[in-house]
Amino acid sequence: METIPMPAINFAAVMPETILSVFAMVLLLVNVFVPGKQKAYLAYLSLIGIIAAGVSVFNAWDAPLALREGFNGSVLQDNFSLFFKGIFLVSAALTLLISDQYLNRENCNHGEIYPLILLSTAGMMLMASGTDLMTIFLGLEVLSVSLYVLAGFNRDNVKSNEAGLKYFLLGAFSTGFLLYGMALTYGATGSTKIGSIASFVAQNAAVTANPLFLVGMLLMAVGFSFKIAAAPFHMWTPDVYEGAPTPITAFMSAGPKAAGFAAFIRVMIFAFPTLKADWSDLLWILAVLTMTVGNIIALSQDNIKRMLAYSSIAHAGYALVGFAAGNAEGAAGILFYMLSYAFMNIGAFAIIVLIGKKGEANNNIADFAGLGFRRPVLALLMAIFLFSLAGIPPMVGFVGKFYLFSAAIKSGFIWLAIIGVLNSAASVYYYLRVMVYMYMKDPVEEFDWVKVTPAIALSLLISVAGVMIPGVVPGYLLQLAQKAVLF
Amino acid sequence: MLESLFFLIVAAVAVISSILVITCKNPINSALSLVMTFFCLATFYVMLDAPFMAAIQVIVYAGAIMVLIVFVIMLLNIRTETGRKTTHAILAGSIIGLFVLFQTCYFLTKGTLTGTKGAMDTALVEKVGHVELIGKALYTDFLLPFEITSLLLLVAIIGAVILSKRKI
Repeated sequence: METIPMPAINFAAVMPETILSVFAMVLLLVNVFVPGKQKAYLAYLSLIGIIAAGVSVFNAWDAPLALREGFNGSVLQDNFSLFFKGIFLVSAALTLLISDQYLNRENCNHGEIYPLILLSTAGMMLMASGTDLMTIFLGLEVLSVSLYVLAGFNRDNVKSNEAGLKYFLLGAFSTGFLLYGMALTYGATGSTKIGSIASFVAQNAAVTANPLFLVGMLLMAVGFSFKIAAAPFHMWTPDVYEGAPTPITAFMSAGPKAAGFAAFIRVMIFAFPTLKADWSDLLWILAVLTMTVGNIIALSQDNIKRMLAYSSIAHAGYALVGFAAGNAEGAAGILFYMLSYAFMNIGAFAIIVLIGKKGEANNNIADFAGLGFRRPVLALLMAIFLFSLAGIPPMVGFVGKFYLFSAAIKSGFIWLAIIGVLNSAASVYYYLRVMVYMYMKDPVEEFDWVKVTPAIALSLLISVAGVMIPGVVPGYLLQLAQKAVLF
Repeated sequence: MLESLFFLIVAAVAVISSILVITCKNPINSALSLVMTFFCLATFYVMLDAPFMAAIQVIVYAGAIMVLIVFVIMLLNIRTETGRKTTHAILAGSIIGLFVLFQTCYFLTKGTLTGTKGAMDTALVEKVGHVELIGKALYTDFLLPFEITSLLLLVAIIGAVILSKRKI
């Protein structure tokens, strides 16, 4: 009987994921004993888990290489992935804070939502730190399957059901592309480990001309583009974002999009460096299409969740500008932008949660009429988030876009930067439209006097701080991002 | 010679049955054609010296999953065929499909479609055994992905209960 030599496991490399998974399982058990009215305690328990994971992420920053690698090169917890893990934890924490009130209003406060959010966060982390195509794929599946369920979580609402089903069908379809791409890449290079693929490509230059390798790259790009909602793979976004429960929409627009970018960047830069000219051109086209389609369709939306869905497509386009640049500045810009986008977008969705009424009602832009007179603080916060999304200084959205576009100019993509700026200017129209309703129109019907719970107040406070402070003094955060992309 | 003849026959059956999957009007016929396709795939695996994959293909796909699909079809009791209309979508789809087919043929004839041999070649499989090699790879090289699969199953179970249980 032959014994199998155990590989070097090194749990330190997957510590945040392990903490989140363990907390998710504990929550599932605790959930049984918590009565229906008090599910909010589960949210606080999951927050403890997120803070614990955050501490382990914080401790792992700049750790020596021996502590980073684990599982025979399946994961590498470098600064790049740690920065992304920070983004995922921030978006999960903000989502947990805004979800309780919404879930009570919609009568779907089943405790299972919290373990699902934690598990999807663990999936995102595996995507960000995976250096084996299998790890990335399975991380993406854990994330996606939880999101399909979360999108359809409001079982009594037809739109939520539709969102879950649509996301599931289209997501499964796009996963097929991704997996096929991985299979072809494996066929061409003989390994699924990104490191081995890179060294194989470095030794055999001929593989660059191999159609298997090219098609593999292309199909993987399709799969990741679906996840980050880039046009022309964006068709699912508006329906899913509109139908999913509002806090989940906020979560989906921030975390999974960042996770998609993390895996996309890692695969393209590490596994396909020799094809850089090819994928850079490809991303150029994707970026222009994504920005333009997102912004133009957003102009005509009446439902605010739908509008923010198209706006999130456009924002993926801005981030793709930095990606197409293909340099370290561009990558650092994406990291910075994804973090700031999490703050501003979840902040805006927190206001939507507060304004909305039972049964996903009151989600139209016209329903914000007169908010500036009735609830001046909420309206001011909404204005700050929308200004930041539009990219107006001194909010963080401006700084983020500035770095992305300047990275594009540095690599010579002048036209791409110009198209980006023009798009950004066009997007101001639909953000300002909400503000016109809030400040220049009389309320049509009275707002429900919803109490702003401490949890939502805290999430709004964090979001505003995240939008304003790096907007005024971006230096520290930007240095972190630049350090993270040194790989 | 005999092997390639056998391959051609099985391949032809695979292509025909997979076309039948999408063209049959009766969903049960479609499902049964899918079973046929799965069996052909299993045959390919055997020919590629991967008997474990073949067994899994038959047990999991042709067995468990197809039984599930057929059950659902019977429970839903779909009889009437929803009328098939010639829409622009079908036209656009067929144009794109033909284009992709053309592209594939072009690549097949033009490029050098040579893959790279991994560490596990036929000689090794015959010496050590397929199942042993897979087990070893699962517990060494792919230990983490293997563990993540359990998370994935957990998520799927939670999801199935949440979305489909009558009262939660």
